[in-house]
Amino acid sequence: MIPPAFDYVRPAGVEEAVGALASGGEDAKVLAGGQSLLPLLRLRLAFPRLVVDVGRIPGLRGVREEGGTLVVGALTTHHDVVADPLVRRHAGLLAAATAKVADPAVRHRGTLGGSLAHADPAGDLPAVVLALEAELVAVGPHGRRSIPAREFFVDYLQTSLRPDELLVEIRLPKTDAADGWGFHYEKFSRVAQAWAMVGVAALVRRADGHIAEARIGLTNMGPTPVRATAVERALAGAGADGVARAAQSAAEGTRPSGDPSASPEYRAHLARVLTRRSVLAAAGMG
Amino acid sequence: MTEHITESEVGRSRPRKEDARLVTGQTNWTDNIGATGLLHLAILRSPMAHARIERVDVSAALEQPGVVAAFTGRDLAEGTGSLPCAWPVTEDIVLPDHPAVAVDEVRYAGDPVAVVVARDRYAAADALEAIEVDYTPLPPVLDLEDALTDNSPLVHEEHGTNRSYVWPMATGEDYGTVKGRADVVLTRRYVQQRLIPNAMEPRAVVVTPLDASGEYTVYSATQVPHVLRVMLSMVTGVPEHKLRVVAPDVGGGFGSKLQVYGEEVVALVVARRLGRPVKWTESRSEGHLATHHGRGQIQDIEIAATREGRLLGLKVDLLADMGAYLMLVTPGIPILGAFMYPAIYKMDAYEFRCTGVFTTRTPTDAYRGAGRPEATYAIERIMDELAVELGLDPVELRRRNWIGHEEFPYTSIAGLTYDSGNYEAATDKALALFGYDELRAEQAKRNESGDSVRLGIGVSIYTEMCGLAPSRVLRDLRYAAGGWEAAGIRMLPTGKVEVVTGTSPHGQGHETCWSQIAADVLGVPFEDIEVVHGDTRSAPQGMDTYGSRSLVVGGAAVHHAAEKVVGKARKVAAHLLEAAEQDLEFTHGVFSVKGSPEARRTIQEVAFETFSSHDLPDGMEPTINAEYLLDPENFSYPHGTHLCAVEVDTETGRTSIRSYVCVDDVGRVVNPMIVEGQVHGGLAQGIAQALYEEAVYDDEGNLVSGSLADYLVPSAPDLPEFTTGRTETPATSNPLGVKGVGEAGTIASTPAVVNAIVDALRPLGVRDVAMPCSPGRVWEALQSARTGEEAPSS
Amino acid sequence: MTRISVKVDGTTYEDEVEPRLLLIHYLRDRLGLTGTPIGCDTSNCGACTVDLDGETAKSCSVLAVQCDGSVVTTVQGLAQDGEWHPLQKAFHERHALQCGYCTPGMIMAARDLLGENPEPSADDVRHALEGNLCRCTGYQNIVRAVLAAADAEAASSAGASASSGREVAP
Repeated sequence: MIPPAFDYVRPAGVEEAVGALASGGEDAKVLAGGQSLLPLLRLRLAFPRLVVDVGRIPGLRGVREEGGTLVVGALTTHHDVVADPLVRRHAGLLAAATAKVADPAVRHRGTLGGSLAHADPAGDLPAVVLALEAELVAVGPHGRRSIPAREFFVDYLQTSLRPDELLVEIRLPKTDAADGWGFHYEKFSRVAQAWAMVGVAALVRRADGHIAEARIGLTNMGPTPVRATAVERALAGAGADGVARAAQSAAEGTRPSGDPSASPEYRAHLARVLTRRSVLAAAGMG
Repeated sequence: MTEHITESEVGRSRPRKEDARLVTGQTNWTDNIGATGLLHLAILRSPMAHARIERVDVSAALEQPGVVAAFTGRDLAEGTGSLPCAWPVTEDIVLPDHPAVAVDEVRYAGDPVAVVVARDRYAAADALEAIEVDYTPLPPVLDLEDALTDNSPLVHEEHGTNRSYVWPMATGEDYGTVKGRADVVLTRRYVQQRLIPNAMEPRAVVVTPLDASGEYTVYSATQVPHVLRVMLSMVTGVPEHKLRVVAPDVGGGFGSKLQVYGEEVVALVVARRLGRPVKWTESRSEGHLATHHGRGQIQDIEIAATREGRLLGLKVDLLADMGAYLMLVTPGIPILGAFMYPAIYKMDAYEFRCTGVFTTRTPTDAYRGAGRPEATYAIERIMDELAVELGLDPVELRRRNWIGHEEFPYTSIAGLTYDSGNYEAATDKALALFGYDELRAEQAKRNESGDSVRLGIGVSIYTEMCGLAPSRVLRDLRYAAGGWEAAGIRMLPTGKVEVVTGTSPHGQGHETCWSQIAADVLGVPFEDIEVVHGDTRSAPQGMDTYGSRSLVVGGAAVHHAAEKVVGKARKVAAHLLEAAEQDLEFTHGVFSVKGSPEARRTIQEVAFETFSSHDLPDGMEPTINAEYLLDPENFSYPHGTHLCAVEVDTETGRTSIRSYVCVDDVGRVVNPMIVEGQVHGGLAQGIAQALYEEAVYDDEGNLVSGSLADYLVPSAPDLPEFTTGRTETPATSNPLGVKGVGEAGTIASTPAVVNAIVDALRPLGVRDVAMPCSPGRVWEALQSARTGEEAPSS
Repeated sequence: MTRISVKVDGTTYEDEVEPRLLLIHYLRDRLGLTGTPIGCDTSNCGACTVDLDGETAKSCSVLAVQCDGSVVTTVQGLAQDGEWHPLQKAFHERHALQCGYCTPGMIMAARDLLGENPEPSADDVRHALEGNLCRCTGYQNIVRAVLAAADAEAASSAGASASSGREVAP
């Protein structure tokens, strides 16, 4: 199908982009890699009057370290995230989960920032940045602000980004293996290229053969990604035998939807099973 | 100097002639075709399953930039007939009028409502947004059983019923009597979900009016250019001799392009009215609504047997979802299955009944296998259930009932005469390749240990009827057309050869295989042969490609035509060599006189002699070209044994195929590599029905699986590596000994997979899982078994 | 209208395009490069896959304006001096296509894989092709063809190293 007509600007810098977004208001859409936006346009599910192509703004792509923080530019493609040695070392969960996003061609174009700003609850990366306790940095007409991941995802396809704000970078506290961190992303989908029916991002810090700290992000268990906080609490201090018991609380407080592939009850069940598996794998106890 | 082949071409894995253009992008898909002044069509479709059209206003669309014309259904109805149904299976069938664009009422989500014509596809797409339509919603008709009740809303009010037809058949002894003496009677209900064929090339049509020869040329992504030409002429009134239909490169069909579609009619009518070339290209999500669907049946099946496991009788009662209208062969699809329920088995009584039911959904029609996968599924599923009931190994139960190889030709209880086969040989080979006994031992061990990942083994032993078809049989089934196929051979003066075929390939490799067949008979090199197809101007006669018929009927016709050429060439050669015809030998393309091998003429030399015609026998027509129209005397009956091992994760419900072995007997094989490819592709589609695919509608009749994001076509990681083997029992009904292979893999594989899943879960109390056996469905079946409830079967 | 300059299969084109024009329509309808087909509208099927600046992209999910200044390679640009690419040869020899509609995208996706991983396993190949749908082959011969092309490229580069006189590890 054919996208509807729109005006198009390709700003050279962040400030210019923010200006364009401010002028376009609710009718403006940011185009980064386009892997979410273009299908929506083709199916005529979105009718933006203005498309602001930020794809060539310098400085928004790439990965750098700032002390204990890893900074990933919002325009860094999934492909580059997966291949990046800094991401692999300091935010292995992000690399592992990103490798499971869509397919190679989509990963070449799609960006981390774009995925997060699109905020599809079935997307893999929102739950991952939630588990990584990322800060998402946005620039608007009044300057920069940093939004904790837990405040970023507001509702189905909705974030706390204002229409005139541009997501520029994702800041991730390092979770190095050397500090005891282990990770796993368990994605459950019906076919290889499908969206996650349920996904579990598990990040655990081990000490003395036990789990000292656990952070669990759940994909597609409600209109936004959620943390399985009850599981996290129960896992503190747990050994391998405690994981299964803790995982039983995985669906607590979630609001999974039903669709032809999965009822809400089945999603809740999957969350429990996959949380156990994901945590055991992350903790090296599997 | 001309070359002559010395080894048989038939039987060689020749890489395909077709590939050169396909791997380099020099293709001729219909959407590639341009023309000066080409206009683009776009179609506005109903967003509702069922509604009365109160008003359609295209005036605002006409004001849009680049828009040349716009038409409502009423505008187009003038002088245009109903879309055709060529298979009215009973005398009293309800056959509703089917306008190409709806006039008063829409009857499925996607039913066309209006058409715009614009200078490019973008302008056409935009103009659709400007069309105004007022609908009064009507209740949808979605459930096949509810549709037949007295108080159901009606899809076609004027006919007073949602029942299109009832088609009964009873053969052998009286079923009731036979059932009375059975020790065991099992009754099951199986549901064939709706499937969307999803050929990779979306449909497209280009019509150019009044070219230099005064014809309309219709280029269409169709499997059936010849059928389309006849039908388009009848529907639009354009005289048949003024209509040329071309199927250029066609990107797959699987039955979905065996159709006469409204868009083809509309494109022709609009091109005629405007005097301009027009193009319509479907988008994928549009195709999910507008291209016919497959399957969609509820099967009630009952089997009666003795305690020793001898089948006595079989009774089948089908409800078949026609969708909103009867399209080209819609009503006949389940009837093709009627003959296949008894399958490979001997029994005393068989009773069948099919009720065709209208619903407010996209019409159904042929999809790979067309009736036979449904039948094979039901019989092979219930045979497994019967084996469990009797405490027999599923393979052993089949052995006790199948037709022995010494019993061929064998007339089945459904009245088909199976000409050849050897179920024992295929089964023994498959069991060995699969490691059946070892897997059963592993299964027992894992069941005992309570492994959360269960191993299941599925068996499916099938035969099928294909190679459609003897024309007289088609007459008896009330099918409007014949089942013959045409072939022509043109020997060119330079010794090159054109093979003209009436079959119309869309991926099968006819150019390669027909070359192999002709090369063997004529003794000319494979490379010197060109196969001409898919254009009613250059290949004027044909019945096209569907039902695994091309090789069996069309390929065999090529063989016969080539033999006629050799027969004529023999007369010329005898004259030139001053010998009697019976004294000539013909080997590897050379005529020689027995006893004096130096006296010889090649077939190419003979071709040149006929071209000059300077020295032909008295009274001989100056050509050795030949045509042959073959009307087959029987169907062909491939068969085989498929074995599938699955691992089912009982925690998540996910099924993984661990191994898949099939041994198929498709008779003599022209090109083993192509045959293997056909089997692979067939398996993929059959497995996809078992595990992944379903056209899902919501309670309002909206198609939920409206794009490839929701309708799950498997990609490479979702399918296993297949192990394929063959046995070879030549068909006796054609000179090549070949049987059809295009649908066999699809027919056999679906029950093999589901049998394996149920086999894995039976110790946990599961008796059935509805297709597609998604993880969620498997989990629900396990839940129901745990709580002692029957899992829903649909 | 926006002015763009794109190099496709070795030729540079400059055109005024509507911002909403998809790269695939630019290639097919404006440049007449119809070797790359369109199979869906949700970027699931991969039939339209091309190489965009050295990486595969689904050309139905890229705007032509995004490609201003870019280099695009399609299946029509793979053969060199009439010599087919090893993948084109392998697809032909291993019967990795039937209708051929998915083939351009499959070949481009496989080429991308072999660029990153010259010695893939069968499993690597299947995963690398997960965004490309084929309805005819069941994928088995496609996997075989990609593995065969990898072997052929390895053999030819080993041969090239040997003939250039460089030492080859035993």
